[in-house]
Amino acid sequence: MQELIDLALDVARTAGAGYADIRVVEQTTQSLTVKNGNLAEASSNRSAGFGIRVLVDGAWGFAGSSRLERDEVERTGRDAVAIARASGLATREPIVLDDSHPAVGTYRTPFREDPFQVPLDEKLGILFEADSVMGKVPGITLRTSGMEFGREHKTFASTEGARIEQELLTSGGGIEATAVSDNEVQRRSYPQSASGQHVSGGFEAVRDLHLADNAQRMAEEAVALLEAPQCPSGTMTLIVDSPQLALQVHESCGHPIELDRVLGMEASFAGTSFLTLDKLDNLQYGSEIVNMEADATAPGGLGTFGYDDEGVAAQKVPIVTDGRLVGYLTSRETAPIIGRRSMGSSRASGWNVIPLIRMTNVNLRPGAAGSLDDLIADTSDGLFVSTNYSWSIDDRRLNFQFGTEIGWLIKDGRLTQMVKNPTYTGITPTFWGSCDAICGPAEWKLWGVPNCGKGEPMQTHGVGHGAAPARFRNVEVGVGRW
Amino acid sequence: MVEPRGWDPPALESLLTRVLGLATDADAEAVFTERSSALTRFANSRIHQNVAERDATLRVRLVRDARTGVASTNRLDDEGLREVVARASATLALATPNPQVAPLAPSTPSTADPGLGYVAATARADPDLRATGARAVIAAGDAAHLESSGAFSTETATLAVANSRGMRNAHTVTQAKLLTVMMDGNGASGYAQATAPDVRAIDPTALGEEAADKAVRSVEAVELEPGEYPVILEEYAVATILEYLSWMGFSALAVEEGRSFMDLGQQIMGPNVTIWDDGLDPHGLPTAIDYEGVPKQRVDLISDGVARAVVHDTATATRAGIASTGHGLPAPNAFGPIAWNLFMAPGSSAKEVMLSGIERGVWVTRFHYVNIVHAKRGILTGMTKDGTFLIEDGRISRPIRNLRFTQAIPEAFSAIEAIGSDTRLVAAEYSGINARVPALRLARFAFTGATGTEAQD
Repeated sequence: MQELIDLALDVARTAGAGYADIRVVEQTTQSLTVKNGNLAEASSNRSAGFGIRVLVDGAWGFAGSSRLERDEVERTGRDAVAIARASGLATREPIVLDDSHPAVGTYRTPFREDPFQVPLDEKLGILFEADSVMGKVPGITLRTSGMEFGREHKTFASTEGARIEQELLTSGGGIEATAVSDNEVQRRSYPQSASGQHVSGGFEAVRDLHLADNAQRMAEEAVALLEAPQCPSGTMTLIVDSPQLALQVHESCGHPIELDRVLGMEASFAGTSFLTLDKLDNLQYGSEIVNMEADATAPGGLGTFGYDDEGVAAQKVPIVTDGRLVGYLTSRETAPIIGRRSMGSSRASGWNVIPLIRMTNVNLRPGAAGSLDDLIADTSDGLFVSTNYSWSIDDRRLNFQFGTEIGWLIKDGRLTQMVKNPTYTGITPTFWGSCDAICGPAEWKLWGVPNCGKGEPMQTHGVGHGAAPARFRNVEVGVGRW
Repeated sequence: MVEPRGWDPPALESLLTRVLGLATDADAEAVFTERSSALTRFANSRIHQNVAERDATLRVRLVRDARTGVASTNRLDDEGLREVVARASATLALATPNPQVAPLAPSTPSTADPGLGYVAATARADPDLRATGARAVIAAGDAAHLESSGAFSTETATLAVANSRGMRNAHTVTQAKLLTVMMDGNGASGYAQATAPDVRAIDPTALGEEAADKAVRSVEAVELEPGEYPVILEEYAVATILEYLSWMGFSALAVEEGRSFMDLGQQIMGPNVTIWDDGLDPHGLPTAIDYEGVPKQRVDLISDGVARAVVHDTATATRAGIASTGHGLPAPNAFGPIAWNLFMAPGSSAKEVMLSGIERGVWVTRFHYVNIVHAKRGILTGMTKDGTFLIEDGRISRPIRNLRFTQAIPEAFSAIEAIGSDTRLVAAEYSGINARVPALRLARFAFTGATGTEAQD
């Protein structure tokens, strides 16, 4: 393979590229789904190929192919250069990369148990057990349990001399129970919605989920929600659980700190960002107890790796310190614009697409509010919401609305009435500015979001968010007419 | 750059025959997908991403004694074929039986014109063509002192399905798409999009001028108090709503599982609402077959406001005792069938005439980041974007800042006061669903929030 990698870089250089890199990637995944007592899906997928990215006269070109063969490598390299020359038809200042030192190294996701070596019947046994428990709860009409595993081997090389080998491993799983009545559908998911919890690591992470142990509670809550009252409307104190808060971080902090988005590069798709360059080191993003960081070194995160797809080593950088915006997610192209060097968050979802600035693990640091029970006990009146159901945010990441699977009213420091269809809405800095308590390290968990979409063609990538439950004051809940 | 038809029909036939021949001890299905695509992306009025890729994937499904094993690969030489069949066999051997297993589709030859949806000019489009188109859009933005962003893509895609029940269907299509968002840097923005199988049908200059006009008219937007207002939804906004209606409820599985708003046989929307799916209509983005090889049928989803039918794949059709309508995704899957090629019947109103009689209302160009709040009730939320205007006394009076809506769509579509006489083909941002729709005037639409001035400054 080394010969073909060298050939790709030589072809690009000879054709006129001032810079070129190549990624050779092989991805293997396994998906298992059990639905209503039957094995609904058992699939194994493999995709391999390479992508060549070039800068010609300061303009980008990229081409990819699934055939790692000499003639195809030559053709693809020439295509990438031709595409870059076409980019030159509509360009301004030439693109200049930062002076990151070309890395040479290797990285492998730490794991204890290779999920691809765990027998299929053992995996299915876990799923069928959880399914069976849910199926014993009267009123459950639909139950699914699933697992997904991924292995990605990738080689990166550049004309600057970078040479990197990585093998990334991901594992995840979860369950869902749904109950239906004439005019209502209610779902409960464990440990979170959107196919459960996913981590970088091995099968041990799936074992640790104890899916069956949580199946009965999920099923009973789904059935109970059918008869629960509608979430009230009004302005309330809101306590958000850890996985929902992770998604809140994702939408209202993770995306707006992507520097390519800030610079307008995503304007035609999911939009721009309110965190414009003048806000850096100036904006009070949240209350003084709000601290966030982007940490690609965090053990177990879906945004954890050794090097990004531009060859920059994984890093941990502050984003929000004492409520103030202090950092962005950057790439080698964008970091120099703010006078910095890339912090290593440029990633591609496969061999066939270019690296974009992607979240690593954008984490909300734990606070000092103790346990969730402590926080609820400290709240006289409010609403506790759990597990994401829906999400929407405007094109500058300001006006958001989330729905969750379940909620409970809080009265005098205790959870009281269960409520269905909870929603809450707000404006990002106002919402984070109203945060007056964050639970402590014992409640903090690093959640995987396996389905983050960005870019055109859209890339779906896994990212991570650590969060502990937190409290927000004066939040509008129960949006709309029901 | 993007070569048309990378696998010619004889080579494809040979590939599918070889892979089915390797699966000797089970019923087998081979799904071949090939995609040669290129996309030129521009932002801040310059091209900043320019990519091309081609890939071909083979997915093998083996079924025996109600057990299923699936594997896929993009390695398509003999060793790759043996390996993918071996992986599917290994899964099959350990799979548990599923009495609800999706059977292989019976052989039904496609009668569609092989040239339907395929245009050689699109398949041959090169990066210079796309860059020239981007430059034309940017020029329109420059003329109005606006920053232009967007993407110009061209694609050739082949889907071929063969199975051991004799199925042998294939179809190659092309798609071109150009979209742009133009911004003035102070909150004003405009949008335009065009898509077609034929890249020559897209006029980049006209598209640029449409977006620029919208952005220029959006300067100095004011706040509007959230509440219920009459609205005019342009085609872009209507297409997004239809996309989400499809996600929420046009699938037979959604109905089967009780999570759809489609109460079949009942009046669920106004009598002036007619929506159907037709993968063979050349006025859309045609696709002749689905991922099980089944030829697409037209499905009348909502006729005169009555929920008439939903789309099926082989699994849901088998349970219902009917034939698949040709809307299957790669089987088996937990998602079910999906309506991809949507149409809404036009009315008789010009957009300008629709304004007449609205004392105070809202004009919506498009929606942004829509999501499902409650599928069974058809409730969506999302933001307006790229051209939201206040209507006063029958005319557009001023631009307004973006609003959030939270609205049950069947309820809103029960009070459609006027339907546009023209339709526009719109491709969804994320999903691949496309819809040819008219503009609509609705009596009421619930705006539940706004991004105020203080938050944007």
